[in-house]
Amino acid sequence: MKLHRYEEIWLILGVGILVLSMVVTGYQTFAQGLGPPSDTDQIDPQKVDETAPFDNPGVFEVGENEYEVVMTLQAFGFTPNEIEVPAGAEVTFTMTSKDVIHGFQIAGTNVNAMVVPGHIQTITETFDEPGQYLILCNEYCGAGHQMMSTTITVY
Amino acid sequence: MEMAAKEIFKEKTNKALGVNPDDARLTLTYFSLAFIVLFIGGTLGLLQGLNRAGLLELPAWFNYYQVLTAHGILLILIFTALFMVGYFYAAMSHTLGGLIPSVRKMGWTALGLMLIGTAMVVITIVMDEATVLYTFYPPMQASPWFYIGLVFIVLGVWAATLGVFTNAAIWKKRNKGQHLPLLSFFAVGAFLLLFLGSIGVTIEVLMLIPWAFGWTETVNVMLSRTLFWSFGHTLVNVWYFTAISAWYVIVPRIIGGRLFSDTLARVVVILLVILNVPGGFHHQIVDPGFTEGLKFMHVFMSLSIAFPSLMTAFAMFAVFERTGRKEGAKGLLGWVKKLPWGDVRFLAPMIAMIAFIPAGAGGIAQTNNQLNQVVHNSLWVTGHFHLTVGTTVVLTFFGIMYWLIPYLTKRELTPKINKLGIIQTITWTVGMLFMSGAMHLVGLLGSPRRTSYTTYGDNATALSWDPYLFFLAIGGTLLFIGVVLMVYIVFHLMFKAPKGNTEFPIAEPEDDASTTPKWTERWGLWVVLAIAVISMGYLVPIVDLVVNAPPGSPPFRTW
Repeated sequence: MKLHRYEEIWLILGVGILVLSMVVTGYQTFAQGLGPPSDTDQIDPQKVDETAPFDNPGVFEVGENEYEVVMTLQAFGFTPNEIEVPAGAEVTFTMTSKDVIHGFQIAGTNVNAMVVPGHIQTITETFDEPGQYLILCNEYCGAGHQMMSTTITVY
Repeated sequence: MEMAAKEIFKEKTNKALGVNPDDARLTLTYFSLAFIVLFIGGTLGLLQGLNRAGLLELPAWFNYYQVLTAHGILLILIFTALFMVGYFYAAMSHTLGGLIPSVRKMGWTALGLMLIGTAMVVITIVMDEATVLYTFYPPMQASPWFYIGLVFIVLGVWAATLGVFTNAAIWKKRNKGQHLPLLSFFAVGAFLLLFLGSIGVTIEVLMLIPWAFGWTETVNVMLSRTLFWSFGHTLVNVWYFTAISAWYVIVPRIIGGRLFSDTLARVVVILLVILNVPGGFHHQIVDPGFTEGLKFMHVFMSLSIAFPSLMTAFAMFAVFERTGRKEGAKGLLGWVKKLPWGDVRFLAPMIAMIAFIPAGAGGIAQTNNQLNQVVHNSLWVTGHFHLTVGTTVVLTFFGIMYWLIPYLTKRELTPKINKLGIIQTITWTVGMLFMSGAMHLVGLLGSPRRTSYTTYGDNATALSWDPYLFFLAIGGTLLFIGVVLMVYIVFHLMFKAPKGNTEFPIAEPEDDASTTPKWTERWGLWVVLAIAVISMGYLVPIVDLVVNAPPGSPPFRTW
């Protein structure tokens, strides 16, 4: 098959842009540690309440300026639903679902992850600006899905 | 010389015989049902848009999520499937000299199976027994009859697929050494992709049925989700496939031009079949249970689909320029003026193509890890597919109606209906601009998809999204007007338009075009390559999800 010269240039440019975007994505993922939330740990979805750490959900200071939020998601709420962390601290959310699939999103940030029963999901964020952030469920989870939200206060 | 003689002969026979009335009846039945479904689905869409903007409260007996489930399934599955079968069967009938009687029967069988399936699905949704959305993610559990209905729809699609393959194979046998006409080649490719793409979801549904009846206690949630997405996105690309077949073959003829390159079009078909199925995995970039390495490989596999689309973009604009220059256009962009903008048969698919520039770019953006994380499950995604499917695909479908229905009914497109069609096209375009534009913007701000009206307890962030949602509602209203106009036009062309002769516009190759190489017809090889690519994408994660599965999930009914 013979390609037109301009077509060759167009395709080379197009593929070049795609490859460049791959390189940027790969660099961010593997060199800068900015990969998408990809926890591979598992849990029995029917025994969440008696499995550590989810038998004791809450906000824990785990190091200097480091926090862990152990959280369970269920129709139609987040446990715990009172979260306060200081500005500039690195916060890791460790989550699982007690029933159906939920989404975990903090509006105005890049925190966005699926929370699937049987799997544990983690995502880390540093909140630099103090304020109140909206956490919402972004995967349809039933009749009260639109009510499933909470806030996180950064002081 | 010999080619020309053959062409004249073909034209003469077509004129003498015209369209086969049995084939026309089959396609017209498909189209009638498709546009009734479009009307119902569009009405549901309007209700949703108004609810989402807080302008309308839906009653408890027909709530937002029920409406959303019906809207998604009716438009994404049923409207498009009915349209695709009707269109490609007409294309085969025209380019292969009539459907073979057994294939016509398969077409009717397919319709029957799809209608049985649709009835079961719609009834369970209306009874509020299946408010699980288009994705029906377990462990949310619908009535078993909902899943059985889905099986019937898939069986219908497979029956139609078998018909396409049979007709193409018999034609090849009768016309040894000849290339399958390009439009029928597209049909074979599109149905092959549809078949390959629907295998995964069929396995999923067959696992869900015994679970929904209570015969098995738990379900593997991530396996179901992964099998679903091997289909969920491929399906969208099948409709896109259907649309570009008209861009390559029909549009050049309408503007008085020739095919860009028969070989290139066939290569695009082959690439779309081979590369497409693993593309759906990018819906799972922020899922647990998969390593970053696997996800990165899938970013690459998703992006590769852009390659044939880039080829298409070049080919289309090359045709426009070449045709314009032949008519004496000068300068860099003089050919733009030579295009028949007042002809709705051109205008609708042209706007569809233009819409695909931002739509495709948005698709490329959200395939990448970090960008996906920003927009995943936000209204951006809904905006994206209303731009791709709702604009690019559907406007092309509409554009096809203006000549295909008169061709089948032996009627004519009058200047009046052409004008109404232009109004329809502009209404649709502006409606989508408002709706999809607002969805893209508010999605970037974090507003989620698949949610009824909510301010999350008057949260300040959520309240700041309201102005965008208002534009969404305006767009939705315009789109509903567009649906009403289009349904009127379709049925007018079917029953009221004046009698006359309408051509099935098929573009011919350029006089000096090189012959198409034989290897384009090696379907066995393309299927093997497609299976290799699908295995590359899915073998490792699926084996891992089966072997290394967490304890399963019991069913939930949360609506």
